[in-house]
Amino acid sequence: MAGSMLEVRDLRIHFQTDDGTVRAVDGVSFSLDRGRTLGIVGESGSGKSVTSMGIMGLHHGTNAEITGEILLDGENLVAANPGRVRELRGSKMAMIFQDPLSSLHPYYTVGAQIIEAYRVHNDVSKQAARQHAIDLLGRVGIPTPKTRVDDYPHQFSGGMRQRAMIAMALSCDPELLIADEPTTALDVTVQAQILDLINDLQSEFGSAVIMITHDLGVVAELADDILVMYAGRVAEYGSAADIFGRPDHPYTWGLLASMPRMDRARITRLVPIPGTPPSLIKVPSGCPFHPRCRYTHLTGGRCDTEVPPLREAGTPGHAAACHLTAEQRRQQWDALQAGKVPGEAEEPVSQGPVSQGPVSQGRAEA
Amino acid sequence: MTEPIQTPPVPAGNGAQQNGDALLRVTGLVRHFPVTRGVVFRHHVGAVRAVDGIDLSVSRGQTLGLVGESGCGKTTTGRLLIRLDEPTGGQIVIDGHDVTHLRQGQMRPLRREIQMIFQDPYSSLNPRHTVGAIVGAPYRLQKVKVPGGVRKNVQELLELVGLNPEHYNRYPHEFSGGQRQRIGIARTLALRPKLIVADEPVSALDVSIQAQVINLLEDLQNELGLTYVVIAHDLSVVRHISDRVAVMYLGKIVEMADRDQLYAKPRHPYTVALLSAVPVPEPLSSPSGQRLRRERIRLQGDVPSPLLPPKACRFHTRCWKAQEICRTVEPPLAELIPGHRVACHFPENTAPAPAGVAGPTAGADA
Repeated sequence: MAGSMLEVRDLRIHFQTDDGTVRAVDGVSFSLDRGRTLGIVGESGSGKSVTSMGIMGLHHGTNAEITGEILLDGENLVAANPGRVRELRGSKMAMIFQDPLSSLHPYYTVGAQIIEAYRVHNDVSKQAARQHAIDLLGRVGIPTPKTRVDDYPHQFSGGMRQRAMIAMALSCDPELLIADEPTTALDVTVQAQILDLINDLQSEFGSAVIMITHDLGVVAELADDILVMYAGRVAEYGSAADIFGRPDHPYTWGLLASMPRMDRARITRLVPIPGTPPSLIKVPSGCPFHPRCRYTHLTGGRCDTEVPPLREAGTPGHAAACHLTAEQRRQQWDALQAGKVPGEAEEPVSQGPVSQGPVSQGRAEA
Repeated sequence: MTEPIQTPPVPAGNGAQQNGDALLRVTGLVRHFPVTRGVVFRHHVGAVRAVDGIDLSVSRGQTLGLVGESGCGKTTTGRLLIRLDEPTGGQIVIDGHDVTHLRQGQMRPLRREIQMIFQDPYSSLNPRHTVGAIVGAPYRLQKVKVPGGVRKNVQELLELVGLNPEHYNRYPHEFSGGQRQRIGIARTLALRPKLIVADEPVSALDVSIQAQVINLLEDLQNELGLTYVVIAHDLSVVRHISDRVAVMYLGKIVEMADRDQLYAKPRHPYTVALLSAVPVPEPLSSPSGQRLRRERIRLQGDVPSPLLPPKACRFHTRCWKAQEICRTVEPPLAELIPGHRVACHFPENTAPAPAGVAGPTAGADA
């Protein structure tokens, strides 16, 4: 995939702490073209936010040790000097953060903050910048932007603040927009509005978007390609259709099986992933997922000794880091779809004297 | 497991799900938070109508899901139910006891029957207490003598919620979010309550851990015959866990029905919009591989302020079906078909069902 707008190659971001080295990101590679959306999914501590902050150059001044390459239109940001990254940040690449209340300054009006961001990168008059801010606020759906531009963040609702953040991120027409959990703090109806907005703006501006989230529903709505991260590494990478239609990694299976879903008949019991995510200081040997994986018995003991490489299994462009063979994956996924979970054949629960669970396990045709 | 503790004399219902055997019955519950001006002479200038007249009942052994967006009053309702807050009006009857205006001291014996699970497992556990002290605190506070000693009982509780009983002497910071939530649940169960109000029990947890805690709550319900009121904003989780679901909007219940009925045939436009806003983890793409967005009802704007809620039907400012009557006459929460209550002049999904008991229906409309 030569000539992609953004190429990340073998990115490693480690932090030295008193307890040891935190391997927050440990060999992540992906590429992204203009007009495409990449969804990065993972649980907390999987390294998805650290990756995005690495791209934005926000680890400068911390004790992060960054190796690998981040190529933005061929320019390596890891090796670039901080001043150059600062020039690019905000103009060529911009970020939307999770919590709009804490990422807007409470002492300045929303307009002033957008104007500042715009004037840092563009040599324009205050009036022109103000007009630009008003246009942007209108563009992201703030009603009466002419008056709201002088409001303070606390006068905006949560959804409007996130819109203002998006307006600020878009102020310099960035080619790369990173949205880090942009809707996690919002209600579903507002979340739907914001996702629509990001989608509309992307088709209008043609920028590349990285959408970081833990919500598989959100990536399914927006992403063209999906990167599933676990313990700082890529577990699986593929198109949205591949990841949701024929996922190849037991961790992805686990994520899909553990969510209650409204688009399917209600299942009686969820299938959680056993255990908890590992500490990034003591990442398990071999495949980092093996202590929680239900399929380690199928690979002849390789899971806890050999790190599985990320390789394409069946379809081109769809890669997973797992020792299972393509044939085994197909069988196991089909079995899982049929409701068979290894190691959970018998329900060990409800041996209590009374059992008065929900009577009707009927299904909704929603 | 703990032996039975001496509780006030109440009928020893074994959790049968007979209709009318309501453990919790709430009528006309109101909570207004006064808004005052002035420092020396405080005068009331209004009230935040957080909860504005709701009726609900929960049968023994069942789960009621309470959903709505932030600010709809669902958390206030939960706090009122277990009397962490004083209602402005209405009546709360738990297991035959009217607890509406009991003072704190009078409430104490009843606290054994009703308990709460909190949202944030990080702030709801005292960081300076050991797990043993936290889970054993209910015994100490209620001055309950447990056969076998507190330590043995606490260890049994820890085992019940899937924690290692050896961790009795550890501190909360040594546990992950999911494990902390289990500690909170163990504490909740210490006094063998009948009713548990769970306020967003899984929203702070990762997806894979969410499923573990949801399964745990269901197992405990089956084993111990618990009755739950689950407050949540995640509609998929509510569908999974609830027998009955109530949808709140601006301090009122707008729709209440059995789970399958509500999710298959929502009747209130707000419920319809809420359900259509949930992102579905199933990507849509056209045959040419182009990503498509799902059709959904886009609600405009935000939830109005509960300080000045819209007159008559509170949803009319955002409703696409609103007509003159919606602005002038408040729709009652009417039982359109048995067990399905809706507060709307023009309910949806009424065409084939024998509806039309209350109010004019708009007939067949999309």
